[in-house]
Amino acid sequence: MELFVFLIAGAACIAGALGVVLNSNPVHAALSLVGTLFGIAVLFVAQEASFLAAVQVIVYAGAIVVLFLFVLMLLGVDRSEDLSIEPLGAGHRIAAVVIGLAILALPLLAFRSTEGEATGARPQPGAADAIDHDAADVAQLGESLYTTYLFAFEATSVLLVIAVVGAVVLARKVKRADLVDDPLVLDASQPPAGAGT
Amino acid sequence: MIAVAEVTPAWYLVLGSILFSIGAVGLLVRRNPLVMFMCVELMLNAVTLTFVTFSRMLGDVDGQTVVVFVLVVAAAEVVIGLGIIVALLRKQPTATADDINVLRG
Repeated sequence: MELFVFLIAGAACIAGALGVVLNSNPVHAALSLVGTLFGIAVLFVAQEASFLAAVQVIVYAGAIVVLFLFVLMLLGVDRSEDLSIEPLGAGHRIAAVVIGLAILALPLLAFRSTEGEATGARPQPGAADAIDHDAADVAQLGESLYTTYLFAFEATSVLLVIAVVGAVVLARKVKRADLVDDPLVLDASQPPAGAGT
Repeated sequence: MIAVAEVTPAWYLVLGSILFSIGAVGLLVRRNPLVMFMCVELMLNAVTLTFVTFSRMLGDVDGQTVVVFVLVVAAAEVVIGLGIIVALLRKQPTATADDINVLRG
């Protein structure tokens, strides 16, 4: 049973990934990305991480891809591009594929040399971070997040606030008349009030 | 009778490596900043798949906790990255990743 789930979801993942790279239209690439993200969510369910699968669908397929499509269509950059001239040249493309194969070969060699066995430390049965297969995964995840990783969790909230402020600063349009008093715009031709003269 | 192969965690790890490589090649080959960004998301997803697989292999829930943090960082990264791309494409609608210097000054 898990074999069929793995094969179908894995095929969806790889087909979507190839679609992102090979589609000349960015909108089609974004839609292919949904296929990959959904396939990965299915693989999360197959590995007993159902909360992460739900978050994957809601955050990635729901929010991030919609944001991509929003930018694509709002700015009107959803035209197809000619893929035969888009890369710098044939040599560039061959070099990229060679680098990709090298990146692929590295983990595959590592798996071969360890014969597919993870060599990390396993938690003792009954330890706080050991997976208890009878309990819900979201309960264990929440306990880990709010006890062991509480400080990192709080730090991510600071990160999100900084990201929101950064997005507002990047996205706003500055009018010419406001340039003089705007502390965020450093215009060399307009000395700040009180300086010089 | 076809022998039904057992799905071992190594299969998931190999799938994660393949997805990561496809994302890396896409990042190197494409010039459109938005598509390059999608390739970065692809690579991040390959890594989260690997983390969940190791979490199951080792019987340790910490791998799944890391995935939550990766999701948060990916969301923040998308917000900032798309902000920069919007600013770039507003100045020059045909911009590619090579024209990022039009944002200077």
